Amino acid sequence: MNMIQAVNSAMDVMMARDENVVVMGEDVGYFGGVFRATAGLQKKYGKQRVFDTPITECGIIGVAVGMGAYGLRPVPEIQFADYIYPALDQLVSEAARLRYRSAGEFTAPITVRSPFGGGIFGGQTHSQSPESIFAHVSGLKTVIPSTPYDAKGLLIAAIEDNDPVLFFEPKRIYNGPFDGHWDGPSKNWSKHPGGEVPTGYYRIPLGKANTVREGGDVTILCYGTMVHVCQNVVKETGVDAEIIDLRSIVPVDIAAIEESVTKTGRCMIVHEATRTMGFGAELSALVQERCFYHLEAPVTRVTGFDTPYPHSLEWAYFPGPVRIGEALKNIMKD
Amino acid sequence: MASEPRANLKPLSLHVPEPKFRPGDEVDFSDIAVPAADAAKRPDVGAHPDSFHELAYGLVRVLDQDDRAVGQWNPRLDPDMLRRMLRNMAMTRAFDERMFRAQRQGKTSFYMKSTGEEAVAVGAAMALASDDMCFPSYRQQGILITRNYPMIEMMNQIYSNKGDKLQGKQLPIMYSSREDGFFSISGNLATQYPQAVGWAMASAAKGDTRIAATWCGEGSTAEGDFHSACTFASVYRAPVILNVVNNQWAISSFSGFAGAEATTFAARAIGYGIAGLRVDGNDALAVYAATLWAAERARTNQGPTLIEHFTYRAEGHSTSDDPTGYRSAQEYSNWPLGDPVTRLKDHLIALGEWDETRQEEMDRECADEVRKTQKEAEKNGILGHGLHQPLDTLFEGVYEEMPWHLREQQQQMMAEEEASGRPWARK
Ligand SMILES: Cc1ncc(C[n+]2csc(CCOP(=O)(O)OP(=O)(O)O)c2C)c(N)n1
Repeated sequence: MNMIQAVNSAMDVMMARDENVVVMGEDVGYFGGVFRATAGLQKKYGKQRVFDTPITECGIIGVAVGMGAYGLRPVPEIQFADYIYPALDQLVSEAARLRYRSAGEFTAPITVRSPFGGGIFGGQTHSQSPESIFAHVSGLKTVIPSTPYDAKGLLIAAIEDNDPVLFFEPKRIYNGPFDGHWDGPSKNWSKHPGGEVPTGYYRIPLGKANTVREGGDVTILCYGTMVHVCQNVVKETGVDAEIIDLRSIVPVDIAAIEESVTKTGRCMIVHEATRTMGFGAELSALVQERCFYHLEAPVTRVTGFDTPYPHSLEWAYFPGPVRIGEALKNIMKD
Repeated sequence: MASEPRANLKPLSLHVPEPKFRPGDEVDFSDIAVPAADAAKRPDVGAHPDSFHELAYGLVRVLDQDDRAVGQWNPRLDPDMLRRMLRNMAMTRAFDERMFRAQRQGKTSFYMKSTGEEAVAVGAAMALASDDMCFPSYRQQGILITRNYPMIEMMNQIYSNKGDKLQGKQLPIMYSSREDGFFSISGNLATQYPQAVGWAMASAAKGDTRIAATWCGEGSTAEGDFHSACTFASVYRAPVILNVVNNQWAISSFSGFAGAEATTFAARAIGYGIAGLRVDGNDALAVYAATLWAAERARTNQGPTLIEHFTYRAEGHSTSDDPTGYRSAQEYSNWPLGDPVTRLKDHLIALGEWDETRQEEMDRECADEVRKTQKEAEKNGILGHGLHQPLDTLFEGVYEEMPWHLREQQQQMMAEEEASGRPWARK
């Protein structure tokens, strides 16, 4: 399965298991979504459970909160993460705090799915990575898969979770893993172990990282598309790096991070989002607080630049093998 | 957990709208009311919006079944003006055709056509003053063409090439031309609506004479920004024209998902106390007349007008869309309001001011001009072939002055470029 099919399969499995799961969003019903992630679901589960919505992200999330308060488990789709901002108030002021302010009387068990990230020539409004905005908000969980297998297991766990979860799907790797060389041949998930996805139910707990490569010299913390780019860079540079796919950034698997950095003594953080106040800043602080006496080099961040996502120069913006490779060489110098 | 319904009461049911036709369906539009072209009254521009609510539910039309211009809304344009209008619309269509093909040939990443709704942009642009400020969405390329914005600039932008004055920073078709009163287009729907109102308020506060106009699709009227804009426009009587382009489809969602089953989009105006008109969007003369009327209201401090243009999106939503997956192929051919270019052409022919031969000639001229311009534009490069913008422009324009962290990142990027040996390394 590719990642779109895995996401689809997760919703299918959950809709079959729990009649309170409903899927909603712009174009998700009859057509099955602009990325086809909800294809076939309306036909199978009917319009009461899978439906198109008006184009109002604020309305979609606000309505999902109300449905959640009733007892449903809405899985709203925001067509592109770049369009989540109109819904910010409902997510930040409402969904995130409903449990806290009502002392558990009301909760918002919603899972907001949204394709995010660049590398598809989507320009400024189809490329952003806004995960750290949500990571900053107490009460929300933020999950980012890097393989179809993880996408399905994590999405099932997210839908079962009683807290509001943001589920960001790296659209650059919807159809296959990506090694960061933008002009190289594209691969297919069918040739990747993460593309082997069981058709039935399974879950991957939120907050549990995955060590995708063991190594002794440096820890690379990453998620989403960057997991594949980092794996490739490690192969190309020959550095014995341990690569940790965080899978969810809130909650983050602090035990896995601590254990690895304590072992390797070096830490590099890679994400595609802009640098300033990106999630890398938080990770860097965590590592410094908890592993300072084990560090042999300053913690390094490799990120997108602090500019809006450019259209034509997007490959200069994208943290590709060169940027990551240089940083890796540098951190190994110390 | 959802609790069980009470057994002695009838269970509620949820209404989810469904369009009348899906792929493969036989299309029957007989329920769409197409009033006679002379049916709608034309109120005085000073009339109170409450006195003409019916115009928000009817359809302002000028061109009748026999291709004549009739009724109170007839703007009585002279044949030269009509021919110019026809040419602007034909040029917009030819431009769309060519650029759509360029995208299919891999010369750029994305394109959006306005086929079937050319009258909405061209009719309005011809009725506005050339220095009125437009806040368009992505389907009003006809405004730039009408305002004689150089077509090569549009193409350079689409190709993100070295002639692109937006430095390859924007998605194709997201034009910007301050000089031509064309506000920078955003990909985020409806955000331009309150901005247009703000511009109009500023113009009024400054005692300027220019007004603003803005456009969004019917699907986008669901966004909060649309409603904030209406509130501000109403409260401050902003000199603004709020256009809703009801082309029936928002990607795969029919207009019912924006509320069309319950009322018209023009009727949104009534709740805000704004003047509302529903117009035949495939009738260039009706669009022109309605815009002129709304502009006069704005210029005489009568406040905003909301115009719904009832039209049809003939092509896919964008180059990323396949409309055969969600709507009947018959819809466009059976559309009861016809094609805007054909209708204006037939009107000119009925007047004895035009004929099919001249039309063919004009279409050929438009296609030639577009093709020639395209060749010129491609000399500046196409997307993906070579580095068209100097790499360091990536960091320009984030702030007026570049702060230290961007300067540092810029240096890092240049070093990265050196190290990469990329084929498009900086010249
Ligand atoms: C805030 C926001 N949400 C979602 C989108 C994705 N999107 C782009 S165009 C579109 C449909 C718009 O339909 P409509 O307003 O009817 O305009 P039309 O394309 O028909 O001219 C959608 C949902 C977006 N660009 N911005």
